[in-house]
Amino acid sequence: MESIRKRAKELLDSKQVQVIIGYENGTSNKVRASFIKDSAQVDKLIYDERCTQNLALYLVKHEVKHLGKMGIVATIPAMRTINMLISEEQVKPENIVVLGIGEDGKLLDFPDLTVMESFLQKANIELTAKDKEAIEKLKKMTTQEKFDYWSNALETCFKCYACRSACPLCYCTRCAVECNQPQWIPVQASKNGNYEWHMLRAMHLSGRCVSCGDCGRACPLDIPVHLLTMHMAEESKRLFGVDSGLSMKMESVLSNYKLDDKDNFIL
Amino acid sequence: MELERKLIKKASLEKLYQKLQANGNKIFAPIIKDGKTEFHYNPSYAEVTYDHIQTIQSLKNTVFPKIENLVRFTTDRNGTEVTEVDLAKVPSLVLWGAHPCDAAGFKALKSIFMWDYKDEYFNSRMNKMVVIGLSCYKCDDNCFCTSVGLNPGATNGSDILLTKLSTGDYLAEIITEKGKEIVNAAAELFEAAPAEAKEGNLAQVKQQFSHEKVTKNLAGAFEHPFWVENSLRCIGCGACAFVCPACACFDIQDETKGKTGKRLRCWDSCGFGLFTIHTSGHNPREVQSQRWRQRIMHKFSYMPERNESLGCIGCGRCSRACPVDMNILEQLIALEKIQ
Amino acid sequence: MSEFEPKIVAFVCNWCTYAGADLTGTSRIKYAANVKIIRFPCTGRIDFMLLMKAFQNGADGIIVSGCHPNDCHYSSGNFHAKRRWMAFRELLDYMGVDVERITFSWVSAAEGARWAEIVNTTTEKLRKLGPYTNYQNLVKSGIEEEL
Repeated sequence: MESIRKRAKELLDSKQVQVIIGYENGTSNKVRASFIKDSAQVDKLIYDERCTQNLALYLVKHEVKHLGKMGIVATIPAMRTINMLISEEQVKPENIVVLGIGEDGKLLDFPDLTVMESFLQKANIELTAKDKEAIEKLKKMTTQEKFDYWSNALETCFKCYACRSACPLCYCTRCAVECNQPQWIPVQASKNGNYEWHMLRAMHLSGRCVSCGDCGRACPLDIPVHLLTMHMAEESKRLFGVDSGLSMKMESVLSNYKLDDKDNFIL
Repeated sequence: MELERKLIKKASLEKLYQKLQANGNKIFAPIIKDGKTEFHYNPSYAEVTYDHIQTIQSLKNTVFPKIENLVRFTTDRNGTEVTEVDLAKVPSLVLWGAHPCDAAGFKALKSIFMWDYKDEYFNSRMNKMVVIGLSCYKCDDNCFCTSVGLNPGATNGSDILLTKLSTGDYLAEIITEKGKEIVNAAAELFEAAPAEAKEGNLAQVKQQFSHEKVTKNLAGAFEHPFWVENSLRCIGCGACAFVCPACACFDIQDETKGKTGKRLRCWDSCGFGLFTIHTSGHNPREVQSQRWRQRIMHKFSYMPERNESLGCIGCGRCSRACPVDMNILEQLIALEKIQ
Repeated sequence: MSEFEPKIVAFVCNWCTYAGADLTGTSRIKYAANVKIIRFPCTGRIDFMLLMKAFQNGADGIIVSGCHPNDCHYSSGNFHAKRRWMAFRELLDYMGVDVERITFSWVSAAEGARWAEIVNTTTEKLRKLGPYTNYQNLVKSGIEEEL
């Protein structure tokens, strides 16, 4: 924690960045994102196991982006997101400084982003045991059971789109769900409308999702929507050998191809 | 009418519930499912719980459904034929165990839907609904009903308000004619009023700010840097609005299949960028801080001014649901003090 | 009772499968009339949500077909499509959509007989699977018909 504050102070004082995006104590024992612009305020910054939000989300937020160069406290999923955002040309590498946090919660020293890349290539990016188990359990179900599970789990969804807003890679200014010519997704927050909305979200994040789990955490109704995108992340790895966000030059899985992509179902 | 006090024994409560159900009413009551307390339609009495602080979702779905079918239409060569929805078919509904803040939420919605234009859909549902309230005996640090002119035993909005007494039986306060009808139809279940006062059986919710002061401050705070400063972390999802009992933003959409279609009214949120964007591409509320300002302003400045009602009932749902800890109470306390 | 006749929607590319299906006709090969063909410029153009649109509107089965690998009129459209279907099929399966109801194939402009065979076998398979009531019920449980 002290090392984060110290580094933040250095960066702000030397004017290398204009804002530090980190974590601070919130209300009711929660933690929340903090935007420190003045080095006198760095003592607000904290880091502990409650700090799970993927702060890379704010790198593409209008008001934050316009504060100037950004220093960001980044956990491993956030670092992967940063790579994805750079790959997709949403963030300019020269505009950010990463205060990486390793698995042990310690500050990592990244003189530049290529060091972060090589760190990530060796880092543990496995899903948590809990998520893995949930996905495995779902995969073992019969088609009917899976259908019942998802259509019931998604029934309560009221399309507040917190899952989309919380996702740093859902940065489109115009989402397909809002297009009405044609109307891709039924407008209603009905079983069918919800089912197809979450299908669309998972598909658009295939090969891009970094499995941070923020969509599931953001859902006010506790629907495990993260299990959809996480599954697709696992599948991209299995089918195309791509783990998203490990370098700053990721090729988008679905807008590329290899001549030897192997399928087993096309007649 | 004058408020009437009676006693209803714990065992009689079940009988009342079953009687209401037997009379063909739909019942909306809180039950625990998958570890979460939420209101569901027609649960069995054994499932009903009285122990929750607050459900995640508000109860506005009963009068302002997340999808309301306004009309059906068919188009052909001869023009468009419109079929109105038969509002006489709205079933009678008993809201069982709504907390006083939720009951007051309906008043706030009413001040919007029955303001200049009288919304028939809302009104029909509202008229067919009876609210059997339940005072709160516990609260958490997101509750702030006392700061917005309510309290854990407020009768405003309920037809009958139940308060659990130290004996385990319930004090029933009969507030409206609708409530009286229910009591009269089941007179055998009610007994003479108990001596015990309800005040000792209510949660203690500390008043944390004066809403009059907030309203006064907001009048001159449109350009205040407070909004940008305090909404940098807001991600612009609609969770707060969708769980709010008093948020009434909606979007009207036509959903068609071939030549037939439905006109639907769906929940929306002023927190969304798309809510205000013009066809030209210009967006009068371009950034999130402006949208956050709108949310607070609407509830604490515009509504008191135009609708003579606050747009907030202090249930704290938005603070609990927010993924990034945009705590409304914290912000209102700060707004009471800004210059 | 008469046998169940599935409704099948076929999404095909203009350059290969559509021409192939045309050849089936000009060769006077008879095949199941259950299929309704929708022509696209390329399989690469077939958005995955279009498949869901077909199910939404009551299709019991779907055929998606285009040029054989390396034969795409636009060089790489079918390779892109292939990746998309590889990923999408996994997602569908994970969400409980019956992937057996979707036939993916490559049919060239010269393979009129092959097109007939694919349609016939798909129809036969769907006759056995029956109507896709699961999805149709999902669509129906929209807003309450009775207030």
